[in-house]
Amino acid sequence: MNLSRIKDLKIIALSVVGFAIIQLLLTENIIGSFWELNIILIGINIIMSVSLNLINGYTGQFSLGHAGFMAVGAYVSAILTVKFQMPFLVGLIGGAAGAGALGFLIGLPTLRLQGDYLAIATLGLGEIIRICILNIPYVGGASGFMGIPRYTSFAWTFFIVLFSIFFIKNFVNSSHGRACIAIRENEIAAEAMGVDTTKYKVMAFTIGAAFAGVAGGLFAHYFYIAHPASFTFMASFNYLTMVVMGGLGSITGSIVGAVILTFISAALASWPEFRMIIYSLALILLMFYRPQGLFGNIELTDLKIFKRFKGGRK
Amino acid sequence: MDFSSFSEQLVQQLINGVSLGSIYALIALGYTMVYGIIKLINFAHGDIYMVGAYIGFFATSMLHLPVVPALIISMIVTGLLGMLIERLAYRPLRHAPKVSVLITAIGVSLFLEYTTMFFVSPQPRTFPNVMESVTYHMGPFVVNSQQILILVITTILMLVLTYIVQKTKVGKAMRAVSFDTETAQLMGIDANRVISITFGIGSALAAAGGVLVGVYYNSIDPLMGIMPGLKAFIAAVLGGIGIIPGAMAGGVILGVIESLVSGFLSSTFRDAAAFAILILVLLFKPSGLFGKNTREKV
Repeated sequence: MNLSRIKDLKIIALSVVGFAIIQLLLTENIIGSFWELNIILIGINIIMSVSLNLINGYTGQFSLGHAGFMAVGAYVSAILTVKFQMPFLVGLIGGAAGAGALGFLIGLPTLRLQGDYLAIATLGLGEIIRICILNIPYVGGASGFMGIPRYTSFAWTFFIVLFSIFFIKNFVNSSHGRACIAIRENEIAAEAMGVDTTKYKVMAFTIGAAFAGVAGGLFAHYFYIAHPASFTFMASFNYLTMVVMGGLGSITGSIVGAVILTFISAALASWPEFRMIIYSLALILLMFYRPQGLFGNIELTDLKIFKRFKGGRK
Repeated sequence: MDFSSFSEQLVQQLINGVSLGSIYALIALGYTMVYGIIKLINFAHGDIYMVGAYIGFFATSMLHLPVVPALIISMIVTGLLGMLIERLAYRPLRHAPKVSVLITAIGVSLFLEYTTMFFVSPQPRTFPNVMESVTYHMGPFVVNSQQILILVITTILMLVLTYIVQKTKVGKAMRAVSFDTETAQLMGIDANRVISITFGIGSALAAAGGVLVGVYYNSIDPLMGIMPGLKAFIAAVLGGIGIIPGAMAGGVILGVIESLVSGFLSSTFRDAAAFAILILVLLFKPSGLFGKNTREKV
């Protein structure tokens, strides 16, 4: 067993301990239902931001339509569990497959675009997905898909989050991931070195979209409803903000970004009129003083303090 | 539907489309000018349009001004606001990575929306009836006075803008900075001043669009800028981003297509049609209708 595998196992062991503690607090009702909701939201947001980071941070393809894939995942999984009475896991896999397939179909033509144009195209596609859903009466149209059972629990969320993080971490550290990073650093040079840029861009986009689909499935099965208004481009901006806040190209950064932003918006929930003003000012100030995000492209587990624990922790 | 009623409805939708489209064009001009000069998608531009509509609303309802003075006041105040935003939020990030400027623009957009909401309440306001709505029947077609006002004012503003950009010294400086900022600076042009003026002019045009929408639809609210902002951006891309006549044409074309879609298909697909146009343009002619293809050099 090599060193990084030992480190991974230690992180998994530690996070299972963390899981047991939070699960205990939840079953003993020490954490109330408001914070339970926010813990699950944090989990969903972590999946969204980590998967978006794969597209935006590691492959350098600026996508602003991530909420659209989340919507596809939410609706496909809800159709499978509600209309076809499938188990939750099948719903989630179906949601991931649907979002991933759409990501593949969309990615193939649009990933030829670069920079701002790609950003605007993905924003437009996300909105088209939402407007199409809005016009399908089979899934409830504008009033949303109602009557979805609540299958999402803390345990489901936690282990899917853990799976997503490790899947994306291992992808990034594989030869595929290095190809993606090469594309981010310099697309033309990467192509000259023999990297099939289209293949890897579409691959990263598809994987990111599939995980957004999983997050959508968890979301719909926690809130009993999948509503088109939850998946506007403002939602995509929100996930992008989490990624940029943590640092493009840092998985632990995305996790911290998702936790902080969800926490801030929950903490400000009692002052709804100031909430968005404070949020927007915080965003602007962060960009002024820390444009590379909190961690840049450094992983929290690589910091010196954590090295001292010989293996690191989460 | 027989042919004559079809063609009547077609012309009617064209009239509606041109008046809606000229408002998109006013907003798109600001997008395209700012993008042409600093390569920034200014997501806050739609909200500047909203602020313009509110200033026009207060000028007409509290100061009881007629529509044209209210329009001018709104344009001046909003133009100054645009310059202030540029100075405070975008100038410090002139050399920062693109993503951080984009996020800042989103931050500014949210800030404008929710600060306005805080001061004027989120409820939609009814725009005062500043001009009598006279309906003119030209044969089978119907044009109302608001539509004529929109057309007259947008035409005047576009002529003024074309004059400023093509004939004045400031306009020459703007074109130079947009062509090559560094060389323009070497030639003694104060790029920061030019960028500031560009934001001012763009914001003033958006404000004019906001006041005209208030007069046309009679209703304004703090989140009214989001969709027109995106549509105007599509219009700018359609015409070729960075190209001023392109934004004017793109706005009108987009408005006409939207009116046709909502008239003949379904109004719920109106927004989807706009985004579909965007995708098609980006895939087949990313430089826009008026743009020239540029080759990328390694």
